[in-house]
Amino acid sequence: MKNKDKTRPVINKERCKGCGLCINVCPMGSLTSPGEVNKKGLRYAILKNEDKCTGCGMCAVICPDCAIEMREREKKS
Amino acid sequence: MPKFEKPRSMKDVATHYCPGCGHGLIHRLLCEVIDDLGVRETTVSVAPVGCAVLAYDYWDFDTMEAPHGRTPAVATGLKRVMPDKLVFTYQGDGDLAAIGTSEIIHAGNRGENISVIFVNNGVYGMTGGQMAPTTLKGQTTATSPHTRRVEKEGYPLKITEMMAVLDGVAYLERTSVDSYANIIKTKKAIEKCFRAQLEGKGFSMVEILSPCPTYWGMSPVESMERIRNEVVKEYPLGVIKG
Ligand code: SF4
Ligand code: SF4
Ligand code: SF4
Repeated sequence: MKNKDKTRPVINKERCKGCGLCINVCPMGSLTSPGEVNKKGLRYAILKNEDKCTGCGMCAVICPDCAIEMREREKKS
Repeated sequence: MPKFEKPRSMKDVATHYCPGCGHGLIHRLLCEVIDDLGVRETTVSVAPVGCAVLAYDYWDFDTMEAPHGRTPAVATGLKRVMPDKLVFTYQGDGDLAAIGTSEIIHAGNRGENISVIFVNNGVYGMTGGQMAPTTLKGQTTATSPHTRRVEKEGYPLKITEMMAVLDGVAYLERTSVDSYANIIKTKKAIEKCFRAQLEGKGFSMVEILSPCPTYWGMSPVESMERIRNEVVKEYPLGVIKG
């Protein structure tokens, strides 16, 4: 988990179309759909388990809708 | 991974594509390549007729619209009058491998120094999922309810292999967006395709196997699995020329 403390996915729920590709690709099972819908009525994805996320970015790369950005993790104080 | 965000060459608008459609992914990859090469100000693309007809709404560089299948002809004119621009066409399989077959073959044969991004999802998405020349054997579509039967409808058209025999064609590769690794390879192939043009080598094309979950009647995840398990058997991946 070499990237563990560097970046994490930030999902733009209004851009998300709920395709589920990110949830399926994540090797750590860190993403899920809470079953809620966005303004377009689509079930968006969320990062449910930030601590398990390694910051690998596979979810961002597979997203067809540029809904995931990898941003620097905020340092916990 | 380092920070990752929407490429600058992509406008900050949501696309009209269905959930899990490969077009959005491929748009992002080519915009990333344009950003990496630093050619946004000198790129002119030509958009097709098909699901990607509104591509110019999503790309933040110059784009022209062409009649169905005629993007290589429009790109030929653009490149000949503006040889210093990066000129590429973006075409689906209905556009490139059906109505536009003649255009693409002659543009390749003339060795036009243009690049082609050929998105193959095996159906006509925009008009309701009809059978295309690229549809797989045994595939059910809106116009092949009894599946595609080769004795009646012929075989899946391997246009990229056909192009390989043309002397004017410099670079051909087939890739897929079904997995993380293949998405990375697709981006590299798009870069090689654009570089071939920038180096004046002649006609270059990348065929990208892409999912159409809506008209394959599958979830986005199942569609990616179908590419991996079925589509690549008919359309093998790899560099075909160059
Ligand atoms: S960055 Fe990697 S580990 Fe973290 S949610 Fe995305 S795919 Fe999963
Ligand atoms: S891949 Fe993108 S669009 Fe699909 S569910 Fe994940 S964030 Fe949403
Ligand atoms: S119909 Fe198919 S190709 Fe067209 S936008 Fe929908 S999923 Fe994409």
